[in-house]
Amino acid sequence: MIDINESVMQVLLAFVVVGPLLGAVAALLPAPPGLKGKSPEQAVLRHGVTVTGVILLAAIVLALGFDHDQASKMQATTDISWIPALHVRIHLGVDGISLPLLVLTALLTFLCALYSYFKPPAGPGPKAFVALVLLLESGTLATFAVLDLLLFFLAFETVLIPMYFLIARWGGEGRERAAWRFILYTVLGSVVMLLGLLLIGIKAGTFDMVALATDNGRSLSASVQVIAVLAIGIGLAVKTPMWPLHSWLPDAHTSAPTVGSVLLAGVLLKMGTYGFVRILLPVAPHGFHTFAPYLAAFAVVGIIYGSLACLALARQGAKGDLKRLIAYSSVGHMGFVLLGIATMTATGVNGALFANIAHGLITGLLFFLVGALKDRTGTTDLDTLAEDTGLALYGKAPRLGGLLAFGAVASLGLPGLAGFWGEMLALFGAFRPAADLDRGAYLTFMAIAAFGTLLTAAYMLAVVRRVCMGAVPEPGPHLDGVPQRPLLDDVRTYEFAAWTPLVALTVVAGLWPKALLGLTDPAVQQLLAGGTR
Amino acid sequence: MSSLVQSVDWLAIAPPVVAAAVGLAILVADLFLPDARKPLLGWTAVAGLAASAALLLPLLDHDRSTFCLTGSPHACSYTADRFTLVVQFLVLGGALLTALLSVTSLKDERGNLPEGEFWFLLLSSAAGAALLPASRDLATLIVALEVASLPAFALVGLRHGDRRSSEAALKFFLSSVTATAVSLMGISFVYATTGTLYLTQVADRLPHVDGQFHTLAQTGVVLTLIGFAFKTAAVPFHFWVPDTYVGAPLPIAAYLSVVGKAVGFSGLILVTVVAFPSYADVWGPALAVLAALTMTVGNVGALRQQATRAYSAVRLLAWSSVGQAGYLLVPIAAAGYADDPQKAVGSTVAYALMYGAVNLGAFAVAALVGRTTSGNRLADYRGLYASNPLAALLLAFFLLCLAGLPPGVIGLFAKVTVFSTAVDAGLGWLAVVMAVNVAIALYYYLQWTALLFRAREGEPVKHRVPVPLTAALALTGVIGVVLSGAPQLVLRFTATGLF
Repeated sequence: MIDINESVMQVLLAFVVVGPLLGAVAALLPAPPGLKGKSPEQAVLRHGVTVTGVILLAAIVLALGFDHDQASKMQATTDISWIPALHVRIHLGVDGISLPLLVLTALLTFLCALYSYFKPPAGPGPKAFVALVLLLESGTLATFAVLDLLLFFLAFETVLIPMYFLIARWGGEGRERAAWRFILYTVLGSVVMLLGLLLIGIKAGTFDMVALATDNGRSLSASVQVIAVLAIGIGLAVKTPMWPLHSWLPDAHTSAPTVGSVLLAGVLLKMGTYGFVRILLPVAPHGFHTFAPYLAAFAVVGIIYGSLACLALARQGAKGDLKRLIAYSSVGHMGFVLLGIATMTATGVNGALFANIAHGLITGLLFFLVGALKDRTGTTDLDTLAEDTGLALYGKAPRLGGLLAFGAVASLGLPGLAGFWGEMLALFGAFRPAADLDRGAYLTFMAIAAFGTLLTAAYMLAVVRRVCMGAVPEPGPHLDGVPQRPLLDDVRTYEFAAWTPLVALTVVAGLWPKALLGLTDPAVQQLLAGGTR
Repeated sequence: MSSLVQSVDWLAIAPPVVAAAVGLAILVADLFLPDARKPLLGWTAVAGLAASAALLLPLLDHDRSTFCLTGSPHACSYTADRFTLVVQFLVLGGALLTALLSVTSLKDERGNLPEGEFWFLLLSSAAGAALLPASRDLATLIVALEVASLPAFALVGLRHGDRRSSEAALKFFLSSVTATAVSLMGISFVYATTGTLYLTQVADRLPHVDGQFHTLAQTGVVLTLIGFAFKTAAVPFHFWVPDTYVGAPLPIAAYLSVVGKAVGFSGLILVTVVAFPSYADVWGPALAVLAALTMTVGNVGALRQQATRAYSAVRLLAWSSVGQAGYLLVPIAAAGYADDPQKAVGSTVAYALMYGAVNLGAFAVAALVGRTTSGNRLADYRGLYASNPLAALLLAFFLLCLAGLPPGVIGLFAKVTVFSTAVDAGLGWLAVVMAVNVAIALYYYLQWTALLFRAREGEPVKHRVPVPLTAALALTGVIGVVLSGAPQLVLRFTATGLF
């Protein structure tokens, strides 16, 4: 859009990756004079906002400077040798697939930092909190920016320790157990993934993703591809998460602090699906082809399973937890993403990438809203909240209720909002999968997944009914002429600030899907045809 | 006729010789020094080890050999090639850090530990350990192994009037001596079948052993390996480790966990890759099974430690060192399958360098915490961040390096190289076993790490950190951080041949 010198772009991308890391180290040091703020706590939280803000700004400039006419081309590339012994190169670059995810990550982290500035997380001091969030940001941004298999693994692992501590130290009930489950599951998955990555690297003689993608699996024998895809696929599937490897997710989400849930759902899960698109599809197409129908089948089971779990949780008397419900809905949504990828068509993969972004925006928003609800009522238990008639947010806190309803209908895929296009395209992809995949099977998958959207609508509307609607209790008698305080605080200014961008982007992506698809489509076409340039 | 007198390249053998000479000098000086001046001995030892490590520098330019046969088949007993220098650096550096830790702990245990003897034994053992990687014949190898081990038994049991200490020493001694005896028997079989002790000649002659001696040679190979497997504390020769570590003075436990292992694995590399390459089909699978067993038993043992039990921190480090020994064995096992075995063992060396630095760092923090608490329980580390933030951050970093997770980048890449040798050699099953082990190990390392940052019960105890401990912590910390930024510094040994 705007013309920026290539070397400036290079520096910008490198800064986006390294900046948060430096910020994390700086957060641990005492504040320099002049930046002490009102208290050390306030100073460090402000530091978090500043750093993530600058990174977001850099990411936006990067997006503006990105040459949209050549979205399939790697841009802002840096390629320097780091560990010659292992053939590891610091190879960074963005194309139409990674750019949206990069901006989404920077945006969500900034909003989380902003939210925490006004609403510091309950738990030990915020100093480590800010450092961990910044480390997490660095790891996720690096995952989307690196073009070397071993660096990808490094970035993939970087997020584990910060997320473990965010859950274990600032989380709610059952946090220790949830944090352990999260880290042990993902570590086991990612070490298995490492074996696959090494196999590819050793057999092909390079760890460079661009070179491997251009090669398009020609230098890898069929059996190597099958084993590698199986190993890497398991690691990525744990992260995504794919049914039946999802069981760490509900616990982690339920126990994590609001900011942790937002980042987990909004950003961390995307690392898994991104890996499928960036590594497996172009590097080992034959191996992926072998497993694609199974992946699709698991994805569809995930869609139905997630929806049924949500329906069960939304029932009256089920003692369903709202956060757990949204976590299960994530399993369903990520099922659509995986289905799209498993079709191995441009339509399906584009849909998957779109659904990725949409899920990040919408689920991020939903977790923010539920977190706010918890702050106000002290619980996320649906039965306690709704009692017999419903919480009646529309009456008690109309703006909060409105936003929650917005998030719910966006999540169920209402046309005109972001959630619609991704799932639509994934289903289209399944209707006409890649030529040599069994169409009959995919048509069945499509039908089942389409039924899943109905179930999604059912539980989301049930949630809206129980949380937003209901009988408002009679306003109490006015004491001394002062009207009684409303039962719940409505949306505060800082909450508006943190949530408005998500709402706005959900609407924009829903009404103008071309903005995103225009970016991803050329890159996806290129990827399926044989690698990135 | 050529002269029968061998010429000696003094520069090449300087590193072990200097360490041994300084040790002797200290033993003599101890007799004449008044009690008040005894700390001087410690600093002399530190200086001696630093000097012998510095003497590695002039050897860097090219490979040197000495104590060679003067006749026509060229074979030498002592070679200072890249492999030797790297392992000597690891051994002498490890001994140096041990010495730094010991200065403080000798001061704290005034009267319990005899200073002169302590330093003499430490330096002799270090000299033996430095000699071992340079040995190129089986006799020198066994002598070096014993020079490294015998003082170590004494060091473990040195504490006056401590029953646990003497019991640990006895356990260590008996099991070690048995293993050495078995190893010697193996060497005699190999000698009987090949008629030479030089490693390169053994390698040349083993494939041409007479058919009827085949079994004898095979038995010899296996028995020889057992002695070295014992030194690396591979399962089933690991049972002495936890009790010995707990019974020994803490710096000696640190010494055994790093230098003792270095001795074991460098001996294993020499006999497998240099002397018995033709028997790769025997020792390759055997070591692979040994590696899998060792890491699993070590990690499960570490997992079972209870935080409130006395010395649980040291016990955990002991079990974890058994687990780490399993990872160290993987590339050696892979060398049995690889086309280029020397490249594979480079990963062991690289991993050992990483492990040496961070494990000694972890022991340094343990020594620091052990000064204020008597038990050195895991529970004593709770809230360390509140009382000593830097030490807590360093320990967290060291533990994550051992676990192989960022921010311990060097630990991660060291594991990656080990994995890649296994994958390269087609040892998929071993790689999967190791993957599961990495996850198990993460559990206890991370549990300990998390404990450091918990809220402390009661008043935080301020630790005043003595100078030598600070130096050890700073040294290991800087090495860990620098290596995390530039892993190539140690990983380059995985790309090129070492011999």
